[in-house]
Amino acid sequence: MKSSEITLKCHKIIGGYGEGEALVSHEPICFYLTDPKTGVVRERSHELAGKILANKVLVFPSGKASSVVQIDGLFKLASHNVAPKALIVKDVETVLVVSAFLVKVPLVDRLEKDPFEIIRTGDFVKVDAEKCRVTIIRK
Amino acid sequence: MYLTKEEERILAGEFGEGTQKALELLVAIGDAYDAEKMIPISRAHAASSGQEGDLYFVELLADGGARCRVPTSTNPVYDIGYFHRLFDSIPEDEAEVARRVMEAYKRVGAILSWSCVPYLAENIPLHGENVAFSESSATPYVNSVIGARTNREAAQSALAAGVIGKAPEYGLLIRENRKGTHLVKVEAILKDEFDYTLLGYYVGKRIGYGIPVLTGILRQPSTEEFINFCAMSNVSGAISMFYMPGFTVEASTVEEAFQGDVPKDKITVTDHELRQACGELQTTSGGIDFVMLGCPHYTLKQLGDVARLLNGKKIHDGVSFWVCSSATAKVLAERNGYVGVIEKAGGHVVVDTCIDEPCWIAYKDKVGMTDSPKCAYYRRFKEVMVARLQDCVEAAIRGRWE
Repeated sequence: MKSSEITLKCHKIIGGYGEGEALVSHEPICFYLTDPKTGVVRERSHELAGKILANKVLVFPSGKASSVVQIDGLFKLASHNVAPKALIVKDVETVLVVSAFLVKVPLVDRLEKDPFEIIRTGDFVKVDAEKCRVTIIRK
Repeated sequence: MYLTKEEERILAGEFGEGTQKALELLVAIGDAYDAEKMIPISRAHAASSGQEGDLYFVELLADGGARCRVPTSTNPVYDIGYFHRLFDSIPEDEAEVARRVMEAYKRVGAILSWSCVPYLAENIPLHGENVAFSESSATPYVNSVIGARTNREAAQSALAAGVIGKAPEYGLLIRENRKGTHLVKVEAILKDEFDYTLLGYYVGKRIGYGIPVLTGILRQPSTEEFINFCAMSNVSGAISMFYMPGFTVEASTVEEAFQGDVPKDKITVTDHELRQACGELQTTSGGIDFVMLGCPHYTLKQLGDVARLLNGKKIHDGVSFWVCSSATAKVLAERNGYVGVIEKAGGHVVVDTCIDEPCWIAYKDKVGMTDSPKCAYYRRFKEVMVARLQDCVEAAIRGRWE
């Protein structure tokens, strides 16, 4: 089967470049509820429970939980080198911006098409926040 | 976002790396919300903590030579001297993080208040001021009870705003965004501070994210009642602002609070809902190992309440009794004899200390009691029951709660 490739414009919040396999979550994510050494989602009732965030391009609607735990959660993942490579979100808030800023992971929103319709778990995604561009490659 | 010449020079690094990083963060937040510009703020409160993420950012700023341009107060970590004299079980690596966090806030020139209720004494905004206050009770208290304007900041964004003396203009700093979203009809009888805790818990959980407008409040809530409502509604939900027309400053009528719009939703709170909330929080009964009060930090008035309840009594041998407060409140409580009474009964009054810190590790497998659902939420302990202050004190004396 032929692979397809599509590039979409986006809005940069935290700059940089990150690429990897997409992991799509329809539920908000709390980074504190992951294993800081492996990046495995530990929140039992979550749709990503048992999945690994490490080195993925994470597509999710928004963050959740108190600022202290959320920021500390992503920070701990990054200090064990198991943070996501890039974050694509729908509803951004202050705490998520701070979290991504501290660990220098690109954070973008406002893709020109709904990311939940365009991106599937397993696609290869390149996030070039500096150029406000997201490229999705499906094999 | 429009940037002034000075802001561009800060971003270019002309004022040092610490100040540069602070502004970079604020610009990123501004971009996320499409803020048009930065606006001056008069003060900030950083919800500092002994967490690695917090340490990284405050050291980045301190090492880069940043200094706060406006008064910037700090949240509690823990009273290192006090706890290390009592316990030798506190992990050294976590103690080191706490030490370095406190030292770095000193280096950036913050007010070393180590208090989670700084708006009462150490760093008080006035009506109409633009500020950057993080911390769960502080954000809604400052917006609603005082009528200053702040967004729901993280520790780092508040510190960055304190260093720059500015914040991106978005959200609750803009009048149109301060309108009510939910109408909350209170039919429950609110007798004391704990009822406001339950009300906050219920409203936060029910609404999640929004600006509730509460009607049916029959008398002026006290400072402590407001604090409890703020803390709990912003922990069980994300309530950064609320209205109680007649008792909060910004709108004198319900219509004004909604700025002419209709509520998204209407809810009613009766005694039944409060009893239900209370039931959810009181999980078990039986023997207890500790009582933990002061989350948020107890005020002078509350230290007096504890002293009156403990006067002439003796706390059970098997129970540790802790009250967390601010340094300013404790000084006055000592002068008024409250601390002496609490200590004579066998209790501790500690300052600079948060419930969510490694200093409490000795209690991690213990069962305790508190009057604060926020304290129970942190999960540093095996089990924490939530009840009224009077019940907590009685259980401390008996050694159990039925």
